[in-house]
Amino acid sequence: MSALSGWGQYPRVQAHLAQPRSPEALRALAQSGGTAIARGNGRAYGDSAINSACTIDLRAFNRMLQFCPDTGQLVAEAGVVLGDVIATFLPRGWFPYVTPGTKFVTLGGAVAADVHGKNHHKEGGFGTYVDWLDLLDHNGQVLRCSRSENPQLFQHTLGGMGLTGIIWRVALRLRPVSSGWIKQTRHVARDISHAMALFEQAQDATYSVAWIDCLQRGPAMGRALVMLGEHAAPAELPAHLRATPFALPKRRQFHMPITPPSWLLNTATVRAFNALYYWQGARGAGRALVDWDSYFYPLDAILGWNKIYGRRGFAQFQCVIPLAQAEAGLRALLAAIAAAGAGSFLAVLKRLGAQDSPLSFPMAGYTLALDFPVTAKTLALMQQLDAITCHHGGRIYLAKDSRMARDMFHQTEPRAAPFAQYRQATGAAGAWASAQSERLGL
Amino acid sequence: MSGSAVLILGAGSDMARALAHKYASAGHDIQLAARQVQRLAPDQADIALRHGVTVSLHEFDVLDLGAHPGFVQGLPSLPDIAICAVGLMGQQSESQTDMQKAALVMRSNFEGPACILGLLANAFEQRGHGVLVGIASVAGLRGRGSNYVYGASKAGFVAFLSGLRNRLARGPVHVLTVLPGFVNTKMTEGMALPQRLVAQPSDVAKAVFAATQKRRDVIYVKPVWRLIMAIICALPERVFKKTNL
Repeated sequence: MSALSGWGQYPRVQAHLAQPRSPEALRALAQSGGTAIARGNGRAYGDSAINSACTIDLRAFNRMLQFCPDTGQLVAEAGVVLGDVIATFLPRGWFPYVTPGTKFVTLGGAVAADVHGKNHHKEGGFGTYVDWLDLLDHNGQVLRCSRSENPQLFQHTLGGMGLTGIIWRVALRLRPVSSGWIKQTRHVARDISHAMALFEQAQDATYSVAWIDCLQRGPAMGRALVMLGEHAAPAELPAHLRATPFALPKRRQFHMPITPPSWLLNTATVRAFNALYYWQGARGAGRALVDWDSYFYPLDAILGWNKIYGRRGFAQFQCVIPLAQAEAGLRALLAAIAAAGAGSFLAVLKRLGAQDSPLSFPMAGYTLALDFPVTAKTLALMQQLDAITCHHGGRIYLAKDSRMARDMFHQTEPRAAPFAQYRQATGAAGAWASAQSERLGL
Repeated sequence: MSGSAVLILGAGSDMARALAHKYASAGHDIQLAARQVQRLAPDQADIALRHGVTVSLHEFDVLDLGAHPGFVQGLPSLPDIAICAVGLMGQQSESQTDMQKAALVMRSNFEGPACILGLLANAFEQRGHGVLVGIASVAGLRGRGSNYVYGASKAGFVAFLSGLRNRLARGPVHVLTVLPGFVNTKMTEGMALPQRLVAQPSDVAKAVFAATQKRRDVIYVKPVWRLIMAIICALPERVFKKTNL
């Protein structure tokens, strides 16, 4: 037994971690009789990938098996980390179609959470680019699942949080790119309506994301920096980069050396940080060329940044509000956050496109994500934010959740009951469970 | 050097896998040798795909001495570097009661590895170049009550490598002895080890790669082990025999 937690280091759960290395060992664990959950690189924030009786670490299954340069299809084991896919294939002109904000996720984790990136409004989620996957079920059978083969199981596995079986192999289509650089355009938004208007005007942009100052009240509430991005062609690069369009400028990596005391993170420091970030961003508004690593993964440069919130850990609140109610919902959320004075360094706003899935997070609307150190006060605030989300017809992202109440989950998620029924009917309910699925009743 | 082949004996272990990736990343073709080698097909695909090199699989049983010459003959080319990562820890409690098991540990860590490296050494010498790498263990530097059958077999291997190096020192063939301390592998899974002393398989791979480039003779992966072993080896026997290490 050891203490396991997600990226937010909250909650910490005593759990048995199995580390199979061979197919036989993995099969035996799948058929062991009790419940279990697969775990990748531990980047889900809460308790999605923890089962106290049996958590199965898939990281030894990290081999890339096949690549077809005609279609861009990569077949790989689920424990392969996205960063390794990029390291291997970007130099050959390929990049993932969809990437979350860290390259340290495994492919299995990305499928299980059906993660989205800054391009969901235009290009959909991670699952869109999964051609097929091999799922290990509780009978030790490997089932090939795709849009034509076992389609129901396929759809329930994309975004199914590992609750349908163990994702073993994934066939993922990559995007052809001609450089590793992103042309970024930065716009300054005075307030939330302005930010939303900028997003709506930018529906054709491949990538769009906004950093939002969540401590501003009154007329500047929701002031933001909206950043749009496009893959750059070699001809658009400065001359000295053109010869090696995929090379990455050397970037230093930092380790968080210590866990800072939690008093360091207070309203004053967050307010100062946000103001500084906003003014610096506003001054530099306009066009820039950004390398892929800094553009998609700014936080990956600080290894172990999750320690900044102190020993008690942190929780990320991420909800999506449907388009029609988005502005009212975002205003209510920001007002509640500013009133509580519990802002966060990293508040991110994104426009999501429509998606029809059994349990995946995205829907046409706006998603807001922010981090809070875990305290009684912020836990209460997040309950309040849950209620606002629910009131505006939104839902919460399971890959980030570590603390939502079961009632609230079912109120925001009418898809939960049919998903649970599907699990009952297929026998998956007796075999796969996480601390999160038990908390939420999935 | 790049483009030349590296043979990895005992290729199924975590350390061997890390070594294969390290050398492949520098452009070397890789020959993976192990028992039931087909189970390494995913690794073969992975190494080839990631690093764009040729990777071949070769059935090899270190205990089957009679098959060694045929194994060497059957390789697609005589490798430029041969790394022996074969090892069997066994259970000391079993090794001291069941002599069959003790013999298996000794044969797996000493007899088999020494014989195959001896064979390759001669072939390398005849050809006129080559590097031999033996993954031994700090356990081979002094026999301890908790682990002496394994330790003695590694000690034999250490002495063999040292002698081989001495014999070949005036020629073009180089011999490297690797003495990893604790490494986070399947072998040490579940052991309560002081984390400061534990290296990752990738650390071992990096250290071995650098050492073959610089033609070092003996390396420890984590430098602190040199100090620890110096102290352990310096203890007078009448003190050492009462310790519980």
